[in-house]
Amino acid sequence: MSPGTVAPAVAEAVAALAATVATAATVVPVGSRTHWEVGGPAPAGTEVRAPSGVLEYDPAELTVTVAAGTTVGELDAVLGAAGQQCPLDPRDPAATVGGVLAAGLSGPRRLRYGPLRNRLLEVHLVLADGRTVKGGGRTVKNVSGYDVARLMVGSLGTLGVLVQVTLRCEPRPAASEWRRLDVPAAEVLRRAFRPAAVLTDPTGTTVLLEGFPEDVAAERTRLGPSTGAEAPAWPTGPHRGRISVRPALVDRVLADLAGLGIGALGEGGVGTVHVAAPSAAGLDAARTVAHAAGGWLLREAGPLDGFGTDLPNRALMARIKDALDPTGKCNPGRLPLAPVPVGGPA
Amino acid sequence: MCFPRSTEDVAAAVRVAADHGVPFVARGSGTGLAGGATPLDDAVVVVTTQMNRVLEVDPVERVAWVEPGVLNLDLTRAVQHLGLHYAPDPSSQQACTIGGNVGTNAGGPHCLASGVTSAHVLAVDAVLADGEVARLGGTEPDVPGYDLRGCFVGSEGTMGIAARIAVRLLPDPPVVRTLLCDFGALDDAAATVSGIIAAGIVPAALEMMDAEITRAVEDFVGAGYPRDAAAVLLVEVDGLPDGVAAQVAAIDAVARAHGARSVRVAADEAERALLWKGRKSAFGAIARIAPDYYLHDAVVPRTKLVDVLRRVYEIAAEQRLTMMNVFHAGDGNLHPLIVFDAREPGIWSRVHDAGDEILRTCVAAGGVLSGEHGIGMEKRDAMPLIFTPDDLDLQARLRDAFDPQGLANPDKVLPRGSRCGEVRRVPEGTWV
Repeated sequence: MSPGTVAPAVAEAVAALAATVATAATVVPVGSRTHWEVGGPAPAGTEVRAPSGVLEYDPAELTVTVAAGTTVGELDAVLGAAGQQCPLDPRDPAATVGGVLAAGLSGPRRLRYGPLRNRLLEVHLVLADGRTVKGGGRTVKNVSGYDVARLMVGSLGTLGVLVQVTLRCEPRPAASEWRRLDVPAAEVLRRAFRPAAVLTDPTGTTVLLEGFPEDVAAERTRLGPSTGAEAPAWPTGPHRGRISVRPALVDRVLADLAGLGIGALGEGGVGTVHVAAPSAAGLDAARTVAHAAGGWLLREAGPLDGFGTDLPNRALMARIKDALDPTGKCNPGRLPLAPVPVGGPA
Repeated sequence: MCFPRSTEDVAAAVRVAADHGVPFVARGSGTGLAGGATPLDDAVVVVTTQMNRVLEVDPVERVAWVEPGVLNLDLTRAVQHLGLHYAPDPSSQQACTIGGNVGTNAGGPHCLASGVTSAHVLAVDAVLADGEVARLGGTEPDVPGYDLRGCFVGSEGTMGIAARIAVRLLPDPPVVRTLLCDFGALDDAAATVSGIIAAGIVPAALEMMDAEITRAVEDFVGAGYPRDAAAVLLVEVDGLPDGVAAQVAAIDAVARAHGARSVRVAADEAERALLWKGRKSAFGAIARIAPDYYLHDAVVPRTKLVDVLRRVYEIAAEQRLTMMNVFHAGDGNLHPLIVFDAREPGIWSRVHDAGDEILRTCVAAGGVLSGEHGIGMEKRDAMPLIFTPDDLDLQARLRDAFDPQGLANPDKVLPRGSRCGEVRRVPEGTWV
């Protein structure tokens, strides 16, 4: 495929999608609906789906190009067969790659592998007026022009419809094991070198060690005995969200949430806390905890509003939105780009 | 030209410029090679070199807040007693500023495993084009809304000026090993690069130097590089002791299987430092050969390295130029270096023609225009090689959203006529 255009295998589907977008009054990009409630409420409108399929993969390049509708599970199977990975790690691997990127959901191995935004090298998107454009480039290193690709991560489909993306991948670690420890997360972070994840839930700390077998063995010794080898469960419940705070405040947030009886899983060294509450009021209380720690809570499931806060630099964000989608047809309401009324969102 | 000492000073300078409708250009040490910090016409130059304080270091969260004029190497020096370092390490790291690194999204040899500047910048307090100060990004993992921080990094001063920067610091690895692999053929060195990655290893750094530059460096530094090598690879791995030992053994085996004449592992820190001194002195070394050089920066897919390099040497021969190559082989980031004497009549046009042809070759191989130096003025008019008019229109709109008046470093990065509306206003054919 020639750089600068979408792959021939999806060109027809992308052209059809672009024609739909150009004429629709409101465009609602849809992936697998696995993380459908992330962010602001989904608007009613013309639903569009990106094509799927792995389009170009040469393991020697450590990059892979997929149609945005490809599921993370499918991508992982293709990369795994070549001994590689792209640690997107959504809660549900039936999620599409485009959906995970648009929702901006970094996975729990972020501590070692970095945030989702660092994975995306090139993006092709259909703009509101039906033009298909490219941002970024397919090489692992690139500073040619503005970083349009990063801008799309977490944009919740409000700037256009992602149709094809190129991601950076890496060797799959030869060894990988979860260890349950009677040691606080902060201590694990001090002792371990580049752990993949250090997660804390109400019952203790779990660390994910990944890498060369020799390294994993050495870390095992350094960290002491393990009382279990299971990955901790994501908090479950109908009202879910993720809190973002400075990494040093994770323990404080976890303690506050425990006091409120709200299930939580904190990412040590990262600052993300996954929460699930039995009621909307409970999730709102978790949001109050996040705000008190100088952070915020992104709604992932349930009827609570998406952000609970005005967007920082909202005027600038609104100008970017206007620049790319002047009529506001792409996923309106998913991001609160209009001022939040006094007294909170309706 | 002004030399602000604080964020407020930067904002004041920008407000004055904005009030008078005068363009402004941010400038650090001026080490950039693409001309991004070079003022055009009557622009106000905002020089950040007086803003050189490391403001705050949090060793637990591994975050430092710095002013933009802090030199790259000074930042690592300021945190090394904590067992931490700042990963991006451009060859100019003794002279270049963090603010400039943010502007160009700078790289360096150690960006192979850990990523270029954008992966290490958490937040920027930016003075926008109207003089307002905005915090882009944050030290919490995610910030609501669009990734303005990601947009700003690498925007070469066209979206505002970074006045305070929060960077991620990395823990120093317990063990570091550096290998020098000596090859009798360039192809063998390139095949070794692919072989290492195929073996499941992404080294911390993976640098290649061709015959000419290896000889030049050895004559200059005396680092023990083989003077008769067709190419050498400098490979660095780091981490925990046993894993590093296993990687060293694996790399040694890959290199020998691909015909390496010798593989030398630096025995101690002094030898390791000397090997790196050789690599980082490459541009000093060439001064002994000719007074001038033109350093290029382009990226190609790793698997196309050999083909592209061959073509690069052909281009040099066609233009009767001395060409050397020292580059980040691990990520396909080529740095063809044309060495010449500017006093030679007519040489500049040959140097420029060769440069243009190299860029076209890289783009034809699926590459991009710049890996770490940026677009600036140098490559602005080459942007249409990799972007369609619609792609450029999108970028122009994005720039305008940050800077509606167009005063932040105008006429950089995007060629004139990038905005679709702008194209329609000028007679056909004027800009292309």
